[in-house]
Amino acid sequence: MATLVSEMVDLASRFPGVVSADTRPGYSGWMVNKDNLVEVATALRDEFGFELLSNVCGVDYFPDKMEVVYEAYRTTGGPGLRFKVQVARLDPMEVPSVTPVWPGAEFQEREIWDLYGIRFTNHPDLRRILMWEGFAGHPLRKDWHEPFYEEDNKPLDSRWPRGKYASAEEKNIYKDNLQFPQNFDPQEVRIDGEAPLYDTLQKYTTIDAGIKTDRVIVNMGPQHPSTHGVFRAAVVLDGETIVSLKPVMGYLHRNHEKIGERNTFLQNMPYTDRLDYFNSMSNNWGYSLAVEKLMNIKVPERAEYLRVIMAELSRIQNHLILIGMLLNDLGAFFTPALYAFEERELILDIFEAASGARMMCNYHRFGGVSRDLPAGVLEKIKGLVDERLPRKADEFDRFLSENEVLLARLKGVKVIDADDAVRYSITGPVLRASGVPYDVRRAQPYGIYDRFDFDVALRHNGDLYDNYLIRLDEIRQSIRIVQQAVKQIPEGPINSQKPAYQVRVPAGEAYGRIEAPKGELGFYVVSTGKPNPWRYHVRAPSFVNITALEKMCVGTKIADFVAILGVIDIVLGELDR
Amino acid sequence: MTDNKELNSPGYAIPDDLQHAVSITTLDRLYNWGRRWSVWPMMFGLACCAIEMIAAQAARYDLARFGMEVMRPSPRQSDLMIVAGTVTKKMIPAIVRLYNQMPEPKYVVAMGACASGGGPFKEGYNVVAGVDKFVPVDVYIPGCPPTPQALTAGLMKLQEKIDKQSIRKVRWYQKGSDSALIPIPVLGPDLMDPRRYAEIKQLAAQKPAEKATEAKE
Repeated sequence: MATLVSEMVDLASRFPGVVSADTRPGYSGWMVNKDNLVEVATALRDEFGFELLSNVCGVDYFPDKMEVVYEAYRTTGGPGLRFKVQVARLDPMEVPSVTPVWPGAEFQEREIWDLYGIRFTNHPDLRRILMWEGFAGHPLRKDWHEPFYEEDNKPLDSRWPRGKYASAEEKNIYKDNLQFPQNFDPQEVRIDGEAPLYDTLQKYTTIDAGIKTDRVIVNMGPQHPSTHGVFRAAVVLDGETIVSLKPVMGYLHRNHEKIGERNTFLQNMPYTDRLDYFNSMSNNWGYSLAVEKLMNIKVPERAEYLRVIMAELSRIQNHLILIGMLLNDLGAFFTPALYAFEERELILDIFEAASGARMMCNYHRFGGVSRDLPAGVLEKIKGLVDERLPRKADEFDRFLSENEVLLARLKGVKVIDADDAVRYSITGPVLRASGVPYDVRRAQPYGIYDRFDFDVALRHNGDLYDNYLIRLDEIRQSIRIVQQAVKQIPEGPINSQKPAYQVRVPAGEAYGRIEAPKGELGFYVVSTGKPNPWRYHVRAPSFVNITALEKMCVGTKIADFVAILGVIDIVLGELDR
Repeated sequence: MTDNKELNSPGYAIPDDLQHAVSITTLDRLYNWGRRWSVWPMMFGLACCAIEMIAAQAARYDLARFGMEVMRPSPRQSDLMIVAGTVTKKMIPAIVRLYNQMPEPKYVVAMGACASGGGPFKEGYNVVAGVDKFVPVDVYIPGCPPTPQALTAGLMKLQEKIDKQSIRKVRWYQKGSDSALIPIPVLGPDLMDPRRYAEIKQLAAQKPAEKATEAKE
């Protein structure tokens, strides 16, 4: 897409001597002097209009430098702006926090502290986020090796030494996925991993009003029926009202990014399926978009249409499940969810026919998709989007939207308003329900979305009810897109590349982002020209959206917390990665 | 498969006029027949597999046919823990605690590759390579994730296992066996199993050089 002159930003002349262009081959964006970061960030937000900080991630350029990469966007659309800060790779590494400028950076900076050990000065609450307090080391550093480490890169050649199978356990002295410091004695160590969490909550528990009153800390999760997985929230309650709330996560942190650096580029594709496991088709797209940018390859027409059809069907089933599960959380035990699952099964049939798997589709390849549709499936999709799904969307609308209980629970319960939503980097339906018409499919169209006639679903009140309604709107818009796509889809090849286990990816960096059903899903990939990515970072919408959870919940009742969590639509595979 | 016909154990001749009115069976059979058709799973999902577990409960696959539709969020009311998803080091203390809280008779199904042995995430630094390192597993179901059909097949295997148990021999009716709680793992610099403290101390005292040669072999 061509860039308008008004969209171009020349930071180097605005900040001479402070900002310089990143001139490494394959890289783009700006290098910002560490000490001036907050000044530059404030100017970007206030002068240049980059209000939405989308992604913050660390990169370890072993052995000399660590880098923090920021991606900021305008909510009016257009290309983003990437800027970076480098620090010498010597502990202690310190970077000023941009959380005061963009509060949405809070959890992402905590993640970088946890995984890279870069301290963010002036950060309000710098604790580990995915691993527990007391864990030894910062695992994403290049010189930190996991207990089952064998070699830097896959494919590993040692799994079948001389034709015999060797399990990873045999190579570790503890015969398990464990490693301990030299001369470690477990009985002497007493680490209270929970202490820092409760310390941050303690200030809310005392009331100095002359009357002896207690506030209580309640832990919801990690095993709780309405936390949608192994999510945990430590809540401070005054009666039924939430005074403070800290999300605790990492219970499903399964090390996507560390594993992704050893995998070859294509080996990461099935791993992306397991991020947001409701929407493997969308996840695939975000990743292939980033790698295709690096490889600079085109996708054939038919494959583009197949991608759109699958991604939008995926969005439909995601939102149906969300509505069903939200009602479940509100107390309508499982009946709406069963309605939703009925439709979902029909969509999963399409996925299974196309890719061979119901949930973990692994459908995309760099330059296209893996398989064409079998005979008769396109007719099935047509039948779904022309008849059944519109009828079902109306049915949900008719059964639920005017339901008295639903209205009483949802209407007027504030989730977040537009300004705060942008400040907290919220994307996806939650942002649009608060009145910001920001949708990556329109703001910076990828694939062939510029061809379709659809509206960006928008609601204005930012309450729970609008968050529910916008899901129905989006289902209807997605149906519209698929209706057009199945009419227009041409015959032809489905991949511009020859099928290959390994692809050559030129050195450089790329950020691919799509509008996933839960928000902006981004993949930041750095290649050094080797078969494996140097850095593979997932900007997960669930993770970034949850940053504002405390902001959303303080002052509401504990029962509303469950509903708010329901409409933010988190999925733990993506939240914890 | 014990259907009603098999529940009647012949050997005692039932007079013709009492047919269909009187059944003679063994206590084991009656007891297991009741248990196998009312296995209540815990409402407990860890990752992707949990979604297929819900799909198995939903209309198309309908686990209610097996008397397993009542999912209980509380371990105190559950008979079966379906470990549906990747078990992480951060989560395993909670899983062991939940297992300890379940009353006997209790069963564990490891659903999917991750719960069975770590699956695609085995090499991850926060991943426990199989829930069976901590809690005893009755049935392993392969797949990533297993389809609802596979889950159903696994649960039918569990029913077969229940059929073969005898009241006289099961552990939960033995004297002094009900307090066998599994020690809860501790999160230190890495995951620490209290049952292995001495071993960890001894191995950690080895010189790094020895570790290197051992790793090479």
